[in-house]
Amino acid sequence: MAYIKKSPWIIHYDGSSCNGCDIEVLACLMPKYDIERFGAVNMGNPKHADIFLITGQINSQNREVVKTIYDQIGDPKVVVAIGACAIGGGVFRDCYNTLGGVDKVIPVDLYVPGCAAKPEAIIDGVVQAVGLLEEKKKRGVVTHKEGTGDETRKLPPVPDLNLEQE
Amino acid sequence: MTSLWLIIGYVVLAPLIGGIISGLDRIITARMQGRYGPPVRQAFFDVFKLFEKQNLTVNRFHGYYLVCFLIFIIFSGILFFGGSDLLMVVFAFTVADIFLVLAAYSTNSPYCSIGAERELLQMLAAEPMLLLTAVGFYMVFGSFHVSVIYRAALGGKLPILYLPGVFLGLTYVLTIKFRKSPFDLSTSHHAHQELIKGLTTEFAGPSLALIEIAHWYETVLLLGMVYLFFAFVPIIGVIITLFIYFVEILIDNTNARIKWQLMLESAWLATLVLGGLNLLALYLFAMISKGG
Amino acid sequence: MFWIFFLILFPLIPALLLLVFKNPGAIKWIVLVSCAVICSAAIIMTVNYLQTGPGKQQVLYFPISSPMVDYLVGIGDIILALVFLFVCRRLPFKKLWIPLLVILQYAPVIYYDLSGRVPETTQYIFLDNLSIIMALIIGIVGSLITVYTIGYMRHYHEEHPEIPDRSNKFIATIFLFFFAMYGIIFSNSITWIYFFWEITTLCSFIMIGYSRTEEAVHNAYRALWMLLLGGLAYACAIIYLSSSCGTIELNTMLGMNQALVMAPILLICFAGMNKAAQFPFSKWLLGAMVAPTPSSALLHSSTMVKAGVYICIRCAPAVRNTLGGDIVALIGGITFLAASAIGISRRDGKQVLAYSTIGNLGLIILCAGIGTPLTLWAAVMLIIFHAVAKALLFLGVGTIEQQTGSRDIEEMHGLITKMPRMTLIMLIGIAGMFLAPFGMLIAKWAVLEALAKEGSIFPVIVIFGGSMMLFFWAKWMGQLVAVIRPEPRKEEGIGIEWLGLWPLAILTVLICAFYWVVGIYAVEPLFGTDPLLSLINIWMVLVMIVMMLMLPLGFLIHWKHLVHVEPYLCGANVKDPHMFMGALGKGRYWWFNNYYLNKYFNEKKVTFLTNTITTVLLVIMLFRWCLG
Ligand code: SF4
Repeated sequence: MAYIKKSPWIIHYDGSSCNGCDIEVLACLMPKYDIERFGAVNMGNPKHADIFLITGQINSQNREVVKTIYDQIGDPKVVVAIGACAIGGGVFRDCYNTLGGVDKVIPVDLYVPGCAAKPEAIIDGVVQAVGLLEEKKKRGVVTHKEGTGDETRKLPPVPDLNLEQE
Repeated sequence: MTSLWLIIGYVVLAPLIGGIISGLDRIITARMQGRYGPPVRQAFFDVFKLFEKQNLTVNRFHGYYLVCFLIFIIFSGILFFGGSDLLMVVFAFTVADIFLVLAAYSTNSPYCSIGAERELLQMLAAEPMLLLTAVGFYMVFGSFHVSVIYRAALGGKLPILYLPGVFLGLTYVLTIKFRKSPFDLSTSHHAHQELIKGLTTEFAGPSLALIEIAHWYETVLLLGMVYLFFAFVPIIGVIITLFIYFVEILIDNTNARIKWQLMLESAWLATLVLGGLNLLALYLFAMISKGG
Repeated sequence: MFWIFFLILFPLIPALLLLVFKNPGAIKWIVLVSCAVICSAAIIMTVNYLQTGPGKQQVLYFPISSPMVDYLVGIGDIILALVFLFVCRRLPFKKLWIPLLVILQYAPVIYYDLSGRVPETTQYIFLDNLSIIMALIIGIVGSLITVYTIGYMRHYHEEHPEIPDRSNKFIATIFLFFFAMYGIIFSNSITWIYFFWEITTLCSFIMIGYSRTEEAVHNAYRALWMLLLGGLAYACAIIYLSSSCGTIELNTMLGMNQALVMAPILLICFAGMNKAAQFPFSKWLLGAMVAPTPSSALLHSSTMVKAGVYICIRCAPAVRNTLGGDIVALIGGITFLAASAIGISRRDGKQVLAYSTIGNLGLIILCAGIGTPLTLWAAVMLIIFHAVAKALLFLGVGTIEQQTGSRDIEEMHGLITKMPRMTLIMLIGIAGMFLAPFGMLIAKWAVLEALAKEGSIFPVIVIFGGSMMLFFWAKWMGQLVAVIRPEPRKEEGIGIEWLGLWPLAILTVLICAFYWVVGIYAVEPLFGTDPLLSLINIWMVLVMIVMMLMLPLGFLIHWKHLVHVEPYLCGANVKDPHMFMGALGKGRYWWFNNYYLNKYFNEKKVTFLTNTITTVLLVIMLFRWCLG
């Protein structure tokens, strides 16, 4: 049995949404829906997370951020795009800075539709994500290469910073 | 011979007990918040899951400090349950904590470093009371050895009657050592996070699992210290110890996190007033009985 | 007997030679040879003395029958007084009280000396376990520091071309220091000790003022007058002993009725605390940091301050269970507390070391003031461990400062990447200062055991002081081990310094592993007690040491299955892990500094408070026993 099914930890990132979907996501974490029943916990930190919930569309400002967060989640991991914005840009799709949905920058595994997505739909998405996690674990899908953790970075040395004294 | 069994029992059973306590903690917390909560075994699921994940590292060194952290926590528990010197137990415990802090510093990440610094502050706040507890036991029982204290307690000399102040002070500091709210400055559990995840920020997968397991050992060790105060009848001792843990959960759920300044000041005040006055009373008592 | 005189007199030879020879090659060989000789002489003497087996050694006294020696010391005093007046010749008028201090103490002592009022001494020299331990510390640690000095001074003058190269004289002063220290620890005659005592004052004056910058000169004079105060107390003790007690021998004095000799003993303790830089005299030791680092290492570890605590430990049995002794202990305790607190707020590496020295000396004085065998056992252990680890740390910081140009703890951030070997050495040193199972912690453990037996408030002081020390050492360690991105190594410039550094580092570990050997052979016979020598304790410490030693080995293992990722920066990472994406879309450096808690542990505030308290205590002590 894959234990990852029993303990999916979530990280939630808000792109440039209208906050409608965020409020719904947070509602899932509140006592009423209590997703901790399934062992799911909302982590603030990608390194501890398994499921990546994104609301809102991607724009030129947050493109790199979403990529970085995705990179910092250890395998196996699942990305869930929540709401019309995250799926394809939604009402913002014609904005000057909008690039579109989340799948423009990172691979998305599940799409939860709605504007805003309902908590029940979100929970359903998470539950399906959990199934997918187990499957990915079984199939051994990885995005990171494993090594000795010792990759040397060839960068210029840190310049002397003028640290203020106390 | 019994001490050998106790040591083996500690090494084998402590993670089991610690994990169950942690699971119960989460259920009780959920019920207090009007939720249903995860199953009791959730803590084990979490740890097993973490072992299934990839081990993300910032550099190849910091994982090893965590191994040392775990080893020293276990070692200090062995010393305690083996009936050894209480001072040495606290010192070994400190060494373990230092390794945790070094691991966090070694990642050279801003969040980790802040967490490490706060962990050090927590140690600064809690350490005096732990040592004072040891000294208190010495003043009553004439020995730092847990085995001697335990035997005396079984023989009818109740530590809690002599050391009520020290006990209260220790309970206060336990909240810091369990890293529970209002003192969960360096790491925080569950949904509420202080600065992402404090000093555990950079540890993922198996590394995080090591920290979690070490916390189980830590919990059992600290509860063992509480138990020592009530060691006269095992059943009552266990019940009171669990009650104390329940109180910690209650405090966790009813208090907002405070600033480190208040933590330091209040912990030291508690140490000086509760612990210090208790020791002073013991000292005067000894003087009077000597004089008379 | 021969070895004692050899140890006292031999350092004068290299001292004189160094005044003559100035070229670097000659200096190097003179130093290497004489250090080897001093080291081996100390060891040979120890082996000879300990041959009798553990617990069987006696205190050996060596009478000298010739009256010549008294004259010699008298003449020595006169010369020394003249030298002191000579160094004061250029002082401005308002500092005229410094030479006055000299006259005030030397006039009566020399008068007593020459007019034959000083009682007869028969046993000038003696040897017991404490002297042996001190001799070893001075011989081994001191020699290693001296060897290190050769390399350090070369770099020092390369960096500071404006300072005239007088390094031969500097090293000569170190040897003079050895002469004085050996004199102090082997002398049984208090006038002799006084003579050597003042030589150490003179030596530190010379060393502190070495660079002759304004600050150095100022600090040197401050050290001079503060230390002369101690000398004055010592002179008073001599006068008092000669006129009212009729003896000037240490052992006779300690054997006399407590009430009778309380005054001179407390005066001597006063001098000891003064030399050990206890509050309110802490300023001189802090000011001494302007000198080249080896002199700090020397002053802080094996010589000078250790003379202060040595004399207090000698006097300790006489003050046990007296109010005077308790006051001494209290001053030590308060110093321990205050110095540890201030240490938290300092970010200059050398200052942190200095405050930790002051604090640990306070702990030793506390033990001496209580004076039970248990506390004395702990005190001697503290002396041993502290000497080795502190010498190592000072030399380490000195080296780092020379190679990186800074001794600021914040700028040692990521040192492990730049100077891995130096970092290892620093880590050993720091661990030796506060971490179980290393030296200082074994000693602190013993202190706590001993103090808990006494009851009283002292355990609380030790506990709080210890926790604060833990805080500042740990955050320093943290800065060292942070792994930053690869940088060019900065260790190539270190040459002969390794010869001082590595042996000290190894010694720090070895002494901890074999503390019980030291305990059984050297310390226990002295006080007849063995608090921490039960088998289980020895095993516990050994097991922990082995576990600690596994740490560096573990780093050699290359774990597989690790995934390298950049540190978490809220997703705002740029390519460089030391940068984040700023609001203007450009990378900006982030930086993390340690906490210094200036609100609580502000140097000025704490110093002022502590100085006030300790001064009041000292005044009470002097009035109650010495004038009343
Ligand atoms: S999908 Fe609708 S509710 Fe959700 S963020 Fe976009 S606009 Fe707001």
